[in-house]
Amino acid sequence: MKPNVPAGALAMREHDMPFKPTEYLPYDFANRRHIGPSATEMEGMLDVVGADSLDALIDDTLPVAIRQKEPLDFGKAKSERELLHHMRVTAQKNKVLTSLIGQGYHGTVTPPAIQRNIFENPAWYTAYTPYQPEISQGRLEALLNFQTMVSDLTGLEIANASLLDEATACAEAMTMAQRVAKSKAKAFFVDRDCHPQNIAVIQTRAAPLGIEVIVGNPDKMKADEVFGALFQYPGTYGHVRDFTDHIAALHESKAIAVVSADPLSLTLLKEPGAMGADIAVGTTQRFGVPLGYGGPHAAYMATKANYARSMPGRLVGVSIDSHGNRVYRLSLQTREQHIRREKATSNVCTAQALLAVMASMYAVFHGPAGLKAIAQRIHRKTVRLAKGLESIGFKVDPKSFFDTITVDVGPLQAAVMKSAVDEKINLRKVGETRVGITLDECTRPENIEAVWRAFGLVQADDDFKPEYRVPENLHRKTEYLIHPIFHMNRAETEMMRYMRRLADRDLALDRAMIPLGSCTMKLNSAAEMIPVSWREFSRLHPFVPDNQAVGYHELIGDLSDKLCDITGYAAISMQPNSGAQGEYAGLLTISAYHRSNDQGHRNICLIPTSAHGTNPASAQMVGWKVVPVKSAENGDIDLDDFRAKAEQHSENLAGSMVTYPSTHGVFEETIIDVCNIVHDHGGQVYIDGANMNAMVGLSRPGDLGGDVSHLNLHKTFCIPHGGGGPGMGPIGVKAHLVPHLPGHAMTGGTEGPVSSAPFGSPSLLPISWAYCLMMGGEGLAQATRVAILNANYIAKRLEGSFDVLYRGKTGRVAHECIIDTRPYADSAGVTVDDIAKRLIDCGFHAPTMSWPVAGTLMIEPTESENRAELDRFCDAMLAIRAEIADIEEGRIDKDNNPLKNAPHTVEDLVSDWDRPYSREQGCFPPGAFRVDKYWPPVNRVDNVYGDRNLVCTCPPMEDYAEAAE
Amino acid sequence: MKFTEEHEWLRPEGDTMIVGITEHAAEQLGDVVFIELPEVGQAITKDDEVVVIESVKAASDILAPLDGVITEVNEALTDTPSKVNEDAEGEAWFFKMTPSDTSQLDDYMDEAGYKAFIG
Repeated sequence: MKPNVPAGALAMREHDMPFKPTEYLPYDFANRRHIGPSATEMEGMLDVVGADSLDALIDDTLPVAIRQKEPLDFGKAKSERELLHHMRVTAQKNKVLTSLIGQGYHGTVTPPAIQRNIFENPAWYTAYTPYQPEISQGRLEALLNFQTMVSDLTGLEIANASLLDEATACAEAMTMAQRVAKSKAKAFFVDRDCHPQNIAVIQTRAAPLGIEVIVGNPDKMKADEVFGALFQYPGTYGHVRDFTDHIAALHESKAIAVVSADPLSLTLLKEPGAMGADIAVGTTQRFGVPLGYGGPHAAYMATKANYARSMPGRLVGVSIDSHGNRVYRLSLQTREQHIRREKATSNVCTAQALLAVMASMYAVFHGPAGLKAIAQRIHRKTVRLAKGLESIGFKVDPKSFFDTITVDVGPLQAAVMKSAVDEKINLRKVGETRVGITLDECTRPENIEAVWRAFGLVQADDDFKPEYRVPENLHRKTEYLIHPIFHMNRAETEMMRYMRRLADRDLALDRAMIPLGSCTMKLNSAAEMIPVSWREFSRLHPFVPDNQAVGYHELIGDLSDKLCDITGYAAISMQPNSGAQGEYAGLLTISAYHRSNDQGHRNICLIPTSAHGTNPASAQMVGWKVVPVKSAENGDIDLDDFRAKAEQHSENLAGSMVTYPSTHGVFEETIIDVCNIVHDHGGQVYIDGANMNAMVGLSRPGDLGGDVSHLNLHKTFCIPHGGGGPGMGPIGVKAHLVPHLPGHAMTGGTEGPVSSAPFGSPSLLPISWAYCLMMGGEGLAQATRVAILNANYIAKRLEGSFDVLYRGKTGRVAHECIIDTRPYADSAGVTVDDIAKRLIDCGFHAPTMSWPVAGTLMIEPTESENRAELDRFCDAMLAIRAEIADIEEGRIDKDNNPLKNAPHTVEDLVSDWDRPYSREQGCFPPGAFRVDKYWPPVNRVDNVYGDRNLVCTCPPMEDYAEAAE
Repeated sequence: MKFTEEHEWLRPEGDTMIVGITEHAAEQLGDVVFIELPEVGQAITKDDEVVVIESVKAASDILAPLDGVITEVNEALTDTPSKVNEDAEGEAWFFKMTPSDTSQLDDYMDEAGYKAFIG
C-alpha cells in the first residue's frame, strides 16, 4: 500500500539539542499556519522556477512602476491566542439585548445540530459554488431542499437558490417584473407598508433605470399606470391583508404582482400563490440563521413556472448522468452574467448558499408540523402581549396580525422606549408617537412581562389559553413541505448522519486544493472563524442603537483603516454583499459624483472584452452604455483602441472598469496609462479588485490611478465561499468620492442604500479582521509573494506539456496562470470538460473552465497550498496530458478512454469492466489517494437534458427509488 | 434566399418571408435547449430582439431582419428545440413575417456571400 500522507509532510529536520535556543516561532500565524509552503519547500520551488530568491521573483513579476513605496505596517502580528483574546475584548463591547424591532429581522433558535454540523463545519463552509455538479451533489441536494421549501411555502412553482438580502430581492423582483410584464407602463408601485429598507433599495435601483417608484396605500393603487407592484406580507407595522383583489387588478392591466412575505408566517397564512402573486420574495433569516447585526442571511425568490427563465440568481435543477441516474446541477446558467454580460437578467453572481443550506436544514429539522407549531406559538404570544396592553387602555394596531403590533403611546414614545431598554429590550420607534413590537421564536414569558412593565403593566404572563387574531379568509388552506425529506426521522442521530452524508458527497477545501482561477480559494482558518458564532456578534439586530454595537463599530473602523492602507483609498463602504454588488455600488458612487459636478450626462463605460461578465452587467444597472475595448494579441488591453474609444466618447465618458492584475493573470505595465487616459477625458476608473490577492502589500490600486475598487473579502480576506456565498464586496474610494458612497437610513448619507443593512453582512467581518491582525503587514505581503510563487511554480512544472497562455514581459505569471487545452479538441477530441472531469478522478476540483478564454483552464493555487499539494496537482495534470497523448497517437480509442468516461464512480469499479484501460488507471490515476480516495457519487452530468427538462424542486420519492435500482 | 451577418436566413414564400438561423450558427451554439418565439400579429422593426435562443453554451437574441408583422411562429420548436440542431435551414424555421420594406433585403448576402463570410 502506498503511504497516504503527502511526502513533504514526512520531511523531518535534524534534531537540535533540547536546550539550545531555537529561532523557531511556533505561534507565527502567517508563516506557520496560513502560508502553505515551508521555508525549505520554497527554496526548492524557487530553484524550479529559476529565481534566486522570492524577492527576485517578485522583482521579475511586478513592474517597478506599480510597486507601493512604503511597506504595510499593522504593528506586531497576533498569535491565534492573542487574536481570540483581542476579539473577546472587542465582542464584549457589543451589548446583547432582546431585540423586538422586527422590520425583517427576527430572533431565531439555530438548532445546535445545524450550528455544529453545518455553520461550523469546514466541509460545508469551505466548498465552492457548485458549478462542477459531480463533486457538489451534497449541497445541491440541500439547496434543492431550500427551493422546494420556498416553493411550497409561497405557493409558487419555482424558486431560486437564494439572493443576497430581502431588499435586494425586492429590487430584483422589480426589474424582473419589468422584463416579463406585458404592460408598457414605466412606474412601479410599492406598498407603503413595506419595510423601509426594501423601499429605499428599490428607489436606489429604480432611479438610474428611469423607473418611477410610487409608494402608497395599495387600496389607492392605479393598476393601469404601473408595470408591477410590491406588497409586504405581513406589513412592516404588522398588518395581515389579503391582496387577491389588488393582484387581480394588476393582472387585468397586464402588470406583475410581487409579494414580499415572511416565510414563517406562511405556515399559517394564505400563501402569495393563492392570492395570484407572480413573484414572491423575502428572507429566510428566521429559519435558524443568526441576526449577525444584519447578515449574512439567505433571501429567496419564487415565481410561476413560465417566468423561470427571467428569474435572476442560481437555480438548482434535476438532470441525469451518463448512466441515466438522477443528479442535481445548476440550471439555465447561460442566462447569467458570466455569459450574457450586459444583457444578463441581473448582475447577481454570489448567492447565500451556506445560509440557504442552514435555512433548509431548519425546515428539515422541524418539518411542517414543527414550523407550524413555532409560528402558532409566536402568534399566540403576540396576542397575549396585545391583550395585556389593551387591558391598560393602549390602542394596539392592527386588528389582524401575525407577530407584530404597533402601539400608539402619544407623547410617551421616548419614555417607553427607554424603559424597555432598561428592561434589556429594544423596541421599534415608529413615527413620533408609536412603538412597534415584533415577537419571535426566542420570546419567553419573562420578555413579555418586561415589555408590559415598560408600558406600566405589572402582571404575570400565565394565561396560556390559545387565541388567534387572523381572520378566517386569511387562513392557509393548502399543505406544504409534503416531500418525504421534510418528514424524515428527526432524532439528532439521523439528522447528523444526513448532514454528514451530504457533506461527504462534496469536495471542499477540507480535502483538496481548489485551484479555481480568479476565485482565490485560500485557507479559512479556524481562529478566524470561531468568533463568528459568538453571541456578541451573532445576536445583534441591525437596527439597534449605536451604543449597543460599540465593538462592531470598533472592528469596522479598524478593518476599514487597514483596507484603506492596503488599497490606497480614503474610505471604505462595507455595504455591498458581493463583488458584483460592489461594482454596482461603485458605479453608483461615480454617477453621483458626475451629477454633483453637472456632468450627469456621462454614461459611457469602457470595458475590456476580457473583463468578468459582471462588469458590463453592473454598468447596465446604473444606466450606462458599455463600449468594449479590444485585447491585444498578448491578452493585454489594446492601448490604441482604448485611447481611440476614450477620445471618441470624451464628452460622455463616465468611466472605465479594468481588472488588475488582468483577468489573464498578468501585471500589465500600461495600467497607469489606462487610468490617465480615462481621467484626461473626464472619466473615473473602477479597478475591479477580484485579483487583489496578487497585490496586497506590494501594490495599491489607489496609487495606480483607481478611483474606486471593490474587495472580495470572500476571496482575498479569508471569508469562506460557503458553497456559493456568503460574500462581501466592500468598496474603497478616493477622497473626492467619499460624499457619494451608499447611504442608509440608520447611518445617514445623501445617496440611497444598496443593501438591507447598513454594513452589509457584518458578522463576516471578524474573519477578515482576524486575518489582517494575525498576518500583520509583512505577513500579508508575504502571502502575496507566495501566491505568485505558487502560480509560477505550477506554470513551470506544466510548461512543455501544456501551453501557458499569457505571461508578463519577463515570462512570469501573476497569482494565476491560464493553460491552453484547445489544441486537444482537434488532436484527440478531448475538451476542457473532459480534463475537468478527469481531475475529479485524481481527487481535485477543476480549475476555472473556459474563462476568460473559452477552452482553457485558469489555475490559481493561492498561498495556502504547500509544495506537496501543488505537486500532486501537477502530477495529475501531467498524467492527464499523457492520456491525451495516448489518444493522439492511437493507443486508445478516442471515444472510450479514461477522459471521456470520467469521472469514475464506485459503481464503475464494481460493475463489469469492458474498457480498453485498467480499473487501476480509471479509478486511481496519479494524484488520487489510495485510502482517502474521493469517490464522486455520480457520473458525468448531462447538461442538455437538465436544461431541456427543467425540474427545480425535490423529485418525488419513487424517482429516488427508481434511480437507486 | 438571403443571409445576414447575424447568421439568419430569409426565404421568400409568396408575400411572406420565412426566417431561421443557419446550420453554421446552430453548430456554433451547440445543443439548443430553449426557444422563446414572438407573438403572431406582433409588429417588429429591423434589429428588434424577437427570438431568444438558448443552448447549453450561450443564450442569444435573434434580431428582426426586416420591418414588418409576424404572421406565424413555429410552435413545434417550443417543445423540441433540438430540431434546430437537426434541420436549422429546413423544418426548424422560427417565424414567418410580412415585410413592409423589401428594400431592406438588399443589405443581405446571397448564399455564396454568406459562405465567404463564415470562411
